[in-house]
Amino acid sequence: MEQLAPLIAATLSAGTPLLLAGIGLVVNERSGVVNLGAEGMMLIAAVAGFAVGFATGSPAAGLIAGAVAGMLFSLIFSALAIGLVTNQYATGLALTLFGAGLSAFAGLSYVGKSVPFKTTFEIPLLADIPFFGAAFFKLHPMVYFALLLTAVVAWMLARTRLGLVIRAVGESPESAHAIGYSVRAIRVGAVAFGGACCGLAGVYLSLIYTPLWVEGMVAGRGWIALALTTFATWRPWRVALGAYLFGSVTMIQFALQAEGIEIASQLLSMMPYIATIVVLALISRNPAFIRLNMPASLGKPFHP
Amino acid sequence: MLNARRSLFLGSMVAAAILVTGCGKEEPKPAAKAVGAPKTEPLKVAFAYVGPVGDGGWTFAHDTGRKEAEKEFGDRIKTSYVENVPESADAERVIRDMATQGNKLIFGTTFGYMEPMLKVATEFKDVKFEHATGYKTADNMRAYDVRAYEGAYVAGIIAGKMTKTNTLGFVASIPIPEVVRNINAYTLGAQSVNPKVKTKVVWVNKWFDPGKESEAATALINGGADVLLQNTDSSAVLQTAEKMGKLAFGWDSNMTAYGPKAHLASAIINWAPYYKKAIGEALKGSWKVETNWWGMKEGAIDVIAIGEMVPQDVKKMAEEKKAEIKEGKFNVWTGPLVGNDGKEVLAKDAKGDDKFIAGIMFYVRGVEGKVPSNK
Repeated sequence: MEQLAPLIAATLSAGTPLLLAGIGLVVNERSGVVNLGAEGMMLIAAVAGFAVGFATGSPAAGLIAGAVAGMLFSLIFSALAIGLVTNQYATGLALTLFGAGLSAFAGLSYVGKSVPFKTTFEIPLLADIPFFGAAFFKLHPMVYFALLLTAVVAWMLARTRLGLVIRAVGESPESAHAIGYSVRAIRVGAVAFGGACCGLAGVYLSLIYTPLWVEGMVAGRGWIALALTTFATWRPWRVALGAYLFGSVTMIQFALQAEGIEIASQLLSMMPYIATIVVLALISRNPAFIRLNMPASLGKPFHP
Repeated sequence: MLNARRSLFLGSMVAAAILVTGCGKEEPKPAAKAVGAPKTEPLKVAFAYVGPVGDGGWTFAHDTGRKEAEKEFGDRIKTSYVENVPESADAERVIRDMATQGNKLIFGTTFGYMEPMLKVATEFKDVKFEHATGYKTADNMRAYDVRAYEGAYVAGIIAGKMTKTNTLGFVASIPIPEVVRNINAYTLGAQSVNPKVKTKVVWVNKWFDPGKESEAATALINGGADVLLQNTDSSAVLQTAEKMGKLAFGWDSNMTAYGPKAHLASAIINWAPYYKKAIGEALKGSWKVETNWWGMKEGAIDVIAIGEMVPQDVKKMAEEKKAEIKEGKFNVWTGPLVGNDGKEVLAKDAKGDDKFIAGIMFYVRGVEGKVPSNK
């Protein structure tokens, strides 16, 4: 039992970058746009945020810089895929490849540097509660921010006019266009939000989770976040569930190994992916269910 | 028309992206461009790296060796490298490319390049191949390795003295003898000063993934380990220890800067002496097939930058053991050596030879669990 509290805390930390990126991508995709450039945006943000954090010594400045870098980088995607109506999938892939190369190039001089931030936090009083304190109240503020963001996005999509418009643009851009909304402007905005969230996820990795910059450090988390949106059938709270599920499976397999439990570690390494496939298979047993939730115009270009 | 233009534009963008990420980086030497043809063509030397040169660990150490060799030989050689070469069919393609581009000496710096190199070596008889950490050779291919376990043993001595929970942690990469050896050496070193020590091991099945390395380190610390060593390529384990207020080591390169409060010492690899020797032999024409396995004695392995939190007497113990290893007075693999299944592997005073060391796929007593894939 005494192992459980740190395991929960580690799971929440490990799930946070997936949640941040996944939430952004849900908004992005609810507007009908698939941006496979998530990994690239996270890498760009990771290096930009690290650079700013390193230069200023302020984690807040680094986090903001990362979000801005992710957003700016997503504008390249918007200019091509929304402005020039290029194929969204190919453009997104190009963005990922470009981001991987550019971040490696830009980050050359930051390799081997470290930032002198405090990365441990605790909430006074609550942190002293036995078990719950260690499990839930000694985490980095970004972990709570990610949950807050999930709540705000869930509310925004379901309850506000803005959410309604975003969903309308994703379901039927022609209708939204006909009643006078600028489909392209709304999509650019949604993609920029997705970029900013992916940016936050990237800079969380380079400034907080493993505070260092190395080439390729995002290591596929952008792709997992993309998979999460489908896994969650584009619902914010389900993204949170999926992100923590992924985090927990990773952490549990390492915890089992540390306990000396004799299961082939290669088998354990597959567990997160097996979990994804199982859940995907379960939710898509009923094809109507997945179609009901999927934005009807997802990935389809819109010519005004 | 419009669509054709768009796809052309998109195509060029993808191509540009691939150019940025996928290609090797050649460092042009200004000397080669000097006016007047040089008397002899410089020897072209190529390196294939498994990770990015910026990993701050394994590949960084190789690249430092390459740069030092370049400094030593000046314009008599021309080096280039390709980084992030996966241990797959891609490796064969990259190595073959290197050979066709006129490189006469090619270094492959990870275990997984052994078979691809062997295949390419049979096709290019006039090219010399050097493979790190492997065991297969050919008429024009030889193997080289370092005795990293000597560094792990000395780190173990420090760890054994510094641990408060008598539990050490090891973040392991891929279950091959090289890595299992280091786990054992770390444990043996610690037990030589503190017989109560046990070691927990977590395998991440990757050489380089800072996120996973950090998660594995967290799991070990949560499981009670308080001094960590890793056989992975980044500094994430050290940083995680720093964050969680525990102790750890740098590996492959000096990692002090990543976690000054947690950093006990760095077990480093210095490839420069070997690269200078190999390139020198190729230049002189005295290159011949052999297996080179270098350790502290040859200056290839060292434990440096011992932290201030390490008491003087412990520091002295580590330095003395280093001196003994350098003089050839001490062999890490000296019996009695008992496996963690209780079976005696080496009898009292028996010494493990290189063949024994190359095949170590068992844990010594004190290491918990079983070597994966070892049924």
